[in-house]
Amino acid sequence: MHGLVAVDLHVIWQQVFHPHAILWHVLWATVYISVAAQTLGVLLGLLAALARMSRFAPLRWASGIYVWIFRGTPLLVQIFYVYYTFGWPNVTLGGWAISDAAIAGIVALSINEGAYMREIIRAGIDSIDRGQMEAAKSVGMTYGKAMRRIILPQAARVIVPPLGNEFNNMMKNTSLLFTIGVFELFAYSDQNYSQFFISDYFLAIAIWYLFLTTIWTFIQAWIERRLAVSDRGEQLSVRERLESSWNPMSAWGRGAPHR
Amino acid sequence: MTEVVLHAEDVHKSFGKLEVLKGVSLEVTKGETVCIIGPSGSGKTTFIRCINHLEKIDSGRIEVNGHLIGYRQKGDKLVEDSERNIARQRTEIGMVFQRFNLFPHKTALENVIEAPVHVLGTKKAQAVGLGTALLGRVGLSDKVDVYPGKLSGGQQQRVAIARALAMGPALMLFDEPTSALDPEVTGEVLEVMEELAAAGTTMIVVTHEMGFARKAANRVVMMDEGLIIEEGTPEHFFEAPRQARTRQFLSKIL
Repeated sequence: MHGLVAVDLHVIWQQVFHPHAILWHVLWATVYISVAAQTLGVLLGLLAALARMSRFAPLRWASGIYVWIFRGTPLLVQIFYVYYTFGWPNVTLGGWAISDAAIAGIVALSINEGAYMREIIRAGIDSIDRGQMEAAKSVGMTYGKAMRRIILPQAARVIVPPLGNEFNNMMKNTSLLFTIGVFELFAYSDQNYSQFFISDYFLAIAIWYLFLTTIWTFIQAWIERRLAVSDRGEQLSVRERLESSWNPMSAWGRGAPHR
Repeated sequence: MTEVVLHAEDVHKSFGKLEVLKGVSLEVTKGETVCIIGPSGSGKTTFIRCINHLEKIDSGRIEVNGHLIGYRQKGDKLVEDSERNIARQRTEIGMVFQRFNLFPHKTALENVIEAPVHVLGTKKAQAVGLGTALLGRVGLSDKVDVYPGKLSGGQQQRVAIARALAMGPALMLFDEPTSALDPEVTGEVLEVMEELAAAGTTMIVVTHEMGFARKAANRVVMMDEGLIIEEGTPEHFFEAPRQARTRQFLSKIL
């Protein structure tokens, strides 16, 4: 294998088209960890964004410190710290067992994600004209109700494209959890590699990641299209949306401008 | 027996060092249409925004239907009221903004029924009936399911008027409702407002439309530099204003 790049097509073929049952298990682990961490991350980001806009100064400071720390330190360090500092339980939901490492991983990923989501959500809320909040208040809504019914639904259109990119990153970042012993896609490929020393197991797993992120691109395009329907009274087809986001810089790079 | 809807007393308001309202007092009775005129920067918009507590006043008091707005009495001091109470007070006060501020993610009808359903708890079917009737009243029966983005400025402002009316307010505030409109559509909005005035709606209108003031107002109030400097009937105003400042302002605008 040395000095020569040769792809072991058999390994690829077998891993992609005739995977062992374990693959479904690790694929599912990657998916549920991503979805759980992203969902919690969005909620944390929303709370932090609202705290950032609070009239109560200590809340604003807390929000600022949170973002400062979690955007300013490596995710891997955060994962290790969270896992080894606290005692996490093994959870069983029905017949479905979630390891302590997976729990810790979800917590660490979501806290990290919340710090990024805060900026995205705040930018979304800021993009809504101040007159909207005033109009909502003038018909008797409280701040909370105006946020829920008037501001956030409109901000969602601005938030969803970068949120989609965040989720794309999240699915790839779950691979870091292999380092604390979570058995997910990457851990599985590493296990195979350790046994057979064929690097094509990594290539095969890359194809599975690509499969996940590609499906997500379609789901994201569909969501964005749904959101765009009402507001401007115009519709972009899924294909047009894909073309506008199918750009290596915007679709796969964190922080790259969208469109 | 005249019923006082608005009672404003010695209202002061500053933005930083700039004192915008320097002691404004005004009383409006039920069924009255009061137009507030005056040069820009005179405080007229700030004053009506204080009436529904979109701006906090620094001192003085504002009552609508006998309820103190934005504050509650604590001993001999006024403290800001809870958010919930302020929100409840605002349900009695309709506001029409210069820039319409319709909810762009909702259709005309949804804009109108949003607050009746989600603030007052009116049954959806009942609110739809009310909303449809109000949109008919402002001449937009054919635009019920249209999103604001597809409406002209004049149509949007009429939806905004219907939205405010849907709460059954005791007082309607209009903050330069036609200033952001193209001249050819101001007429349709003013017509709706004239109809409301004629039907006995209690309204305070900040406006530069002297034609409307002359036709629809029971009383005209002139503000300048944070104070009401003259008030009277439209006839008085447009034929024999007392103050030199009023004469000067009117000569420029008419």
